[in-house]
Amino acid sequence: MIILQKIGLGLVVTGIVLFTYLLTQGRYTVTEDALGVASSFHQESILDKAREAGVLNHTYHSSAAFLSDYKGVITAAQADLASSPVPDGIAEWDYKIGDWKVKEYLQSASRSCLSGPVKENPLKWLLLTIGLAILGGLLYILPAFSKIPGIKHDGIYHSSMKRGLKLPQRSFFLLATVIGVLWYGITYMSGQWFHSLHTLLIGALVVYLVYFRGEKTAAAPRSASPSAVAWLGIVTGTYLIGFYILLYWFPQYISPWIEMVDPVSRSISGNPASQWFLYGFLYTIIMLVMGVRMIAKYRHNRYQIIRTLSVVFFQTAFAFLLPEILARLNQPYYDFKNIWPLNYTFFFDWNLSTLMSSGGLGIFMLVWGIALVLIGVPVITYFYGKRWYCSWVCGCGGLAETLGDPYRQLSDKSLKAWKIERYTIHAVLVFAVVMTIGVLYTYFSGSSRLLFLDSNNLRTWYGFLIGSAFAGVVGTGFYPLMGNRMWCRFGCPLAAYLGLVQKFKSRFRITVNGGQCISCGNCSTYCEMGIDVRHYAQRGQDVVRSSCVGCGVCAAVCPRGVLRLENGSVDIDTRTEPLRTIHIRSDEVGIL
Amino acid sequence: MHTVIIGNGVSGITAARTLRKLSDQRITVISYETEHFFSRTALMYVYMGHMRFEDIKPYEDWFWEKNKIDLIKDRVTSIDFESKSLRLDATGELSYDSLILALGSKGNRFGWPGQDLQGVSGLYHVQDLERMEQHSPGLERAVVVGGGLIGIEMAEMFASRDIDVTFLVRETNYWNNVLPEEESQMISDHIREHHFDLRLGVNLGEIIDNGQGQVGGVVIKESGEKIPCGFVGLTPGVSPNIGWLKEGPLETNRGILVNAHLETNQPDVYAIGDCAEITEPRPGRRPIEAVWYTGRMMGETVAHTLAGNRTAYDPGIWFNSAKFLDIEYQVYGDVPARPGEEIGQYFWKGPDGRKSFRILFHKEHGHVTGFNLLGIRFRHEVCEKWLRDQTPVDQVMSNLALANFDPEFYRMHEEEIVAGYNAALGRQVRHRAKRNLNHVLKFLKSK
Ligand SMILES: Cc1cc2nc3c(=O)[nH]c(=O)nc-3n(C[C@H](O)[C@H](O)[C@H](O)COP(=O)(O)OP(=O)(O)OC[C@H]3O[C@@H](n4cnc5c(N)ncnc54)[C@H](O)[C@@H]3O)c2cc1C
Ligand code: SF4
Repeated sequence: MIILQKIGLGLVVTGIVLFTYLLTQGRYTVTEDALGVASSFHQESILDKAREAGVLNHTYHSSAAFLSDYKGVITAAQADLASSPVPDGIAEWDYKIGDWKVKEYLQSASRSCLSGPVKENPLKWLLLTIGLAILGGLLYILPAFSKIPGIKHDGIYHSSMKRGLKLPQRSFFLLATVIGVLWYGITYMSGQWFHSLHTLLIGALVVYLVYFRGEKTAAAPRSASPSAVAWLGIVTGTYLIGFYILLYWFPQYISPWIEMVDPVSRSISGNPASQWFLYGFLYTIIMLVMGVRMIAKYRHNRYQIIRTLSVVFFQTAFAFLLPEILARLNQPYYDFKNIWPLNYTFFFDWNLSTLMSSGGLGIFMLVWGIALVLIGVPVITYFYGKRWYCSWVCGCGGLAETLGDPYRQLSDKSLKAWKIERYTIHAVLVFAVVMTIGVLYTYFSGSSRLLFLDSNNLRTWYGFLIGSAFAGVVGTGFYPLMGNRMWCRFGCPLAAYLGLVQKFKSRFRITVNGGQCISCGNCSTYCEMGIDVRHYAQRGQDVVRSSCVGCGVCAAVCPRGVLRLENGSVDIDTRTEPLRTIHIRSDEVGIL
Repeated sequence: MHTVIIGNGVSGITAARTLRKLSDQRITVISYETEHFFSRTALMYVYMGHMRFEDIKPYEDWFWEKNKIDLIKDRVTSIDFESKSLRLDATGELSYDSLILALGSKGNRFGWPGQDLQGVSGLYHVQDLERMEQHSPGLERAVVVGGGLIGIEMAEMFASRDIDVTFLVRETNYWNNVLPEEESQMISDHIREHHFDLRLGVNLGEIIDNGQGQVGGVVIKESGEKIPCGFVGLTPGVSPNIGWLKEGPLETNRGILVNAHLETNQPDVYAIGDCAEITEPRPGRRPIEAVWYTGRMMGETVAHTLAGNRTAYDPGIWFNSAKFLDIEYQVYGDVPARPGEEIGQYFWKGPDGRKSFRILFHKEHGHVTGFNLLGIRFRHEVCEKWLRDQTPVDQVMSNLALANFDPEFYRMHEEEIVAGYNAALGRQVRHRAKRNLNHVLKFLKSK
C-alpha cells in the first residue's frame, strides 16, 4: 500500500470518527420561540409544563438527557389537554396531542432547540467530516488507476474487513437482528404484538421447510471463513446497523447531522433538511466515491464501467436531485425510476391524492408509475433480463454495486441459502401485493377492514418490517457480515417480480463457453446473489436464474473466458437445454 | 458390481459422477490427498486470498453421500490384479470388480543438488500449497524455476503477497516451446511489466543450503551467479504419478499404457487423466495430455464403458486456455510454436501489447487449422465448427465476429484484424458478421 493510500485511509477514518463525534456535540435549549410546534394550544401547554419542570431555558449537553426531559414535558402536556374540555369550534383531534404527535414534536424540537458548533457553522463541519472522508476515499482509490488493468482480488480473504464471518458469528447477528426487530416492532405498533408473532411464525415455517422437510442434506454447514475473525467487518457492520436504527426509528438523536446538511438542502430544494435528505445526500456521495473505486478496479472492463456510470447517474439525477428540484417547483416529490412494489408507498392514499391534485405532471407521474409496473418491467426484462433495473438503474442495487462491492464474495452459495431465498423473496412479494390491495381497497371504499385485515396496520407493519428493517438495517448493515445483496436476494419484491419474468420469458442468459471451464470457482465466489455459477459453467449449461442481476462480475473474474452475458430470442424457450461440456451424447452411444 | 476409482481429481470424479448417472452400481473413490474433490487449477487463488479452500470445491460436502459415491481418504499401496483387490495404507483390503486408475501427476525433479532442502517445493498437491503458505511469512524473495504454466502461477502467487520473484526460464522466451514467438514475447514483456526478475535462457545449477537445512539461495548454471532467496519453486513440468506401479504386471511407459478404449493390459482396469498414456494417439495429439479437459473427457468415456457401452476415447478438437497474470489465453485447433511448411498464418497484435490474434490455415487447401488468442475471448463452439468443417480461411475471416466472446461493450477489433489480414496476404475479404447471439445460434445449427 503506497503512502498516499495510507494517508487516505487515515483521513476516511478521521472523517467518520468526527462525524460520529458530532452527535455528542449538540446543545439543546428549550426557549419560547424554539419549540417548532404549530398548534397554539399545544405550544402553550408544552411551554407551561416546561416552565413547571424547569426545562425552559435550560441548556442540555446531551441529546439523551434533553429528549428524556422533553418527552416528560410533552406527555405531561398531553395528559393535561386530554383532561381539559375541548374549546368550542375546535376539533378534538386538533386540540389533543395524539401519540404520533409526541414523536413528531420530539423530532422537531431536536432540530429547533439545537445549538452548538454544527448549528453555528454547518459547512465547516460538513467539510471536516464528509468532505474529509471523500478526500481520503479518493486518495485511497485513485492510485488504483495506475495499476496494470486486471482482476484485483489479491488478499481479499486475508482482510479483516472482507473475509466475512464464521457460522456462529453470522448466526449471532442474524438472530440478534430478528429478535431485535420483532421486539421493537411491538413498541412500534403501539403494543400490538401479533404482527411480530405472525412474522415469527412465517419465518419459522420457512426454516422448517428448508431445514426439516424432505430429503436430508445433512452436512456441516460451510463455514464462511478460515480461522481468523473479521473484526473490521464486524465493527463496520455494527456501525452501519446502528446508523440505520437511528435514521429510521430515532432520528431525534441525529439532529446535528441533519443540521450539517441543512444549507445543502436549502440550496437545492429551498426546504430545510430532513433525515431523509441527510440519507439521500450521504447515499449519493458514497455512491459517487465508491463508483470511482469500482471504475478504477474494473477499468479493463467496459461493461463494468458503463454500468457503474449508469447506476451512479440514476442515483444522483433521478433519486437525489430531481425530486428535490421538483419540490422546489412545488411539484410532487417523485423518483421516476422507483417502481412499485419496491416503491411500496406508490399506491398509498396520500401519494395518490398528491399526484392527482398536482395537475398534468402529477397525472403523468401516476400513469408513468403504473406503466412501469405493467409494461416497462415485463417488456424491458424480456429484452435484457432484470439487469436493466437491478444493476443499471436501481438505487439499492447501485449502493450494493459500489459501497457493497468489496463484500460481494460473502454471499452464501449453499443450496440451503437458495431454498431460503425462494421462500422469503416470494413471501415479501405476496405481502407487498396483499398490503397494496388492502390500501387501495381502503382508498376506494373508505373502510380500513378487508376480510380479517386492517389495512392501516398492515401498511405500517410493512413499512417497518420490510421497508426499514429488511431493506435498510439488514440490506445495508449486513454488507460486511453476509454480503452486499441481502435485501435484493432475499427480500426485494420488485426483484422477485423481475426475476419471474427473467426466468420464464426473457432473451437474457449467461452463456457458457463450450468446455473451457476449469471449475475454479471464481464466478461463484464473486457472485453477489449467491448463485453457484460454477455448477452451470462446468456442465456447459447457460445460466438462467431468476435472481441473476446481470452485474457481469462472474464473466469479468473468470480466468478462462467462459462466461458471457447475452440476449437472444432464437432459443428463448430452450435456453438451458444444451449441456456443452458433455462430451459423449447418450443418443450416440445408445444407452441401455 | 463394485467400481473402485483411485484418484479424486477431475478425471476420477467425472468418471464417478457420470457412472452414477448411468448406473446404480456401487462406486468408491479413494484418494490420499484430500477427502473431497477440489479444483487443482484453482489452488493459486487460495494462496492469493481470492478464495477459501471451501470455495474451490465444486460440490458441497453433502453431495457425495446423497449421490451414493463412497469416499475413502487413504493411500493405495498395492494392487493384486489377479484377485482384484487393493491394499490400502490404513483401511486394509478392498476388492473391486472394475478399477479406474486416475492417479494424476507429480512434479518433475531433475536431481538438482539441494532439491530436498526445506523451502523447496513444486506446486501440484494441496500439501505443496501448505508448504508455500508455511514459508511465506517474512519471505523476501522466491526463485521460481521452469517457464511453464505452473511456474508463472507460482510467480504470480508470491507477487500477490509482495514477495519479490526471480523467474528462471530455460527457453529464450517464456514458454516459446509451446507459444509462437510473438505471443511468447508479449508474455515475457508482460511478466517484466509486473516487475518480476525474469531470466531467460538460464538453468538452475544448484540450490544452496543456508546451513540449517533450509534454502539460502540458488546458483545459475550458466553464469554461476548466486541469487539469495528463502524459497525455491520447482516447476519443470509434471509426469504421471505411478512410481509405485512400475514394478508390477501393469504395463507402463511414462504413464499407464492404455488403448483407444482406455483399457490397460489388466482385465477390468482402466487408466484416465494425467496418468494415462495412449499407445496410439490421434494424429497431431500427444500420448499424454496432462490437462483438465482431457481428464474430464476420459472420465466421461470410461464411465460409459463401465455402464455397458464400450466407448472409444475421442479427444475431439484440441482446445486449451490459461491466464498469464492479466492476459488471458485461448487456443483452438492445432497451433504449434513452429508450424510446418504447409501451414500459413496471420498474426495481429493490439496496440496495447496485451491482445493478439493468430489464425493458421492450410496453404494448399485453404481451410482454417487453428486459432491462438491473447486478451480476446473466442467462442469455443464456433471455432470448433469452423475447424471441424474445414472452413476456408477467408470465410472464417469474413465472419470473425461470430466467434467473439468478449463481454458486452468491449472494443471489437475484427475490422482491424481483417484489414491487416487482407494487407498481409493480399486478400479481399470483407468483414460482414455482427456479434449477435441469434446469428451465432443459427450458424451453429446450420449444416
Ligand atoms: C497449479 C496447477 C494449475 C493447473 N492449471 C491448469 C489449467 O489451467 N488448465 C488445464 O487444463 N489444466 C491445468 N492443470 C492440470 C490439471 O489440473 C490436471 O491435468 C488435472 O487436475 C489432472 O486431473 P487427474 O484427475 O488426472 O489427476 P489429479 O487431479 O492429480 O488427481 C489424482 C489424485 O489421485 C490421488 N492418488 C494418486 N495416487 C494415489 C494412491 N496410490 N492412492 C490414493 N490416491 C492416489 C491423488 O491424491 C490425487 O488427488 C493445472 C495443474 C496444476 C497443478
Ligand atoms: S466459469 Fe470460469 S470462473 Fe467459473 S468455475 Fe469455470 S473457469 Fe472458474
